[in-house]
Amino acid sequence: MTDRLGILAMDFAMLSLLSVGGASSVLPEMHRSLVEVQGWMTSREFAELYSLAQASPGPNVLVVSLFGWQSAGLAGAVVTTLAMVIPSSVLTFYADRLLWRAAGAAMWREIIDNALAPVTVGLVAASGVLVASANVNHVLSLVLTAACAIISWRTKFHPLWMIAAGAVAGIAGIV
Amino acid sequence: MNAEAQALTSGTTVAPRSIGELFFAFMKLGLQGFGGVLPVARHALVENYRWLTMAEFTDIVSRCQALPGPNIVNVSICIGGRHFGVRGAIAASAGILGVPFVLLLVLGVLYSGYAQVPEVANALRGVSAVAAGLILGTALRMAASPRLRTWRTVFAVAAFAAVSWLRLPLALVLAAIIPLSIGAAWYAQKRGMSGS
Repeated sequence: MTDRLGILAMDFAMLSLLSVGGASSVLPEMHRSLVEVQGWMTSREFAELYSLAQASPGPNVLVVSLFGWQSAGLAGAVVTTLAMVIPSSVLTFYADRLLWRAAGAAMWREIIDNALAPVTVGLVAASGVLVASANVNHVLSLVLTAACAIISWRTKFHPLWMIAAGAVAGIAGIV
Repeated sequence: MNAEAQALTSGTTVAPRSIGELFFAFMKLGLQGFGGVLPVARHALVENYRWLTMAEFTDIVSRCQALPGPNIVNVSICIGGRHFGVRGAIAASAGILGVPFVLLLVLGVLYSGYAQVPEVANALRGVSAVAAGLILGTALRMAASPRLRTWRTVFAVAAFAAVSWLRLPLALVLAAIIPLSIGAAWYAQKRGMSGS
């Protein structure tokens, strides 16, 4: 078990530093390690744990907690989560401190912010489309998606009410 | 008039009052984020707490997206770190991860028992349709940034097309588009046309 914890810590600390754009960008690499190399879960278990994490509140990165739990129990969940979060967080903390708030870097900050903003908008839109595509064969689901997009774009209506409405619509069989 | 009311009328921002406020704010928004925390974070940080303007939010998310690591955790690290240093960064990230972590493990234990109940699957489908809409709404709000009011929009379309249509690996897309986008922004700055 200690061996497993060591491997999880090493693997996920490395993935943490590779996960440019977010945890989901290294999901294929997690699959390779946990399913193909270590054989700690089946491909189907991997996919089920992923959907469960998507449906649960909180940052999507927490899917790694379930992977760690499946691989090595509660200790595995803790070790995997910390390994995935700490290296990138330390890097972000110092990047924010040294690069973004350093005096005299204003021109470069402006250039980089100008350069990154459109890329971010494109990626956020792409992840919205990816989540929507799971329901692509339900017309009313797509209508609900579009309606929520417009409401959250044009109003300050709280997202949680829309989430609750979505759950009710789902149970009622409307979407 | 208190600080928040002033911020409301002047359109400026306020700082979190304490590490405790920071921790509980991120805990709340972590718990409200289904299928991604970004839309809730925008609502909470920009409209509710007013710790950031919409423009600042877009900039922080952009920087955090370009760095490795879960984006929303990186956002919590930046905001916590700016106001209360290392302790603030730890408080904000622990706030956003802690309770959802426990909940997720509890759900994992329960899951095997309820996976076959149709209401559970149906509710999840409804929630995911809403979650997709919230993410798209957030993208639309971010697109209102002055940073996108020029030819730079082409990089938004390119990033979207590369990930969504061509299904290229994200790391590859970022490695290809970000240098081009930085080069273009640098050239525009040099020519003094960045604001036009």
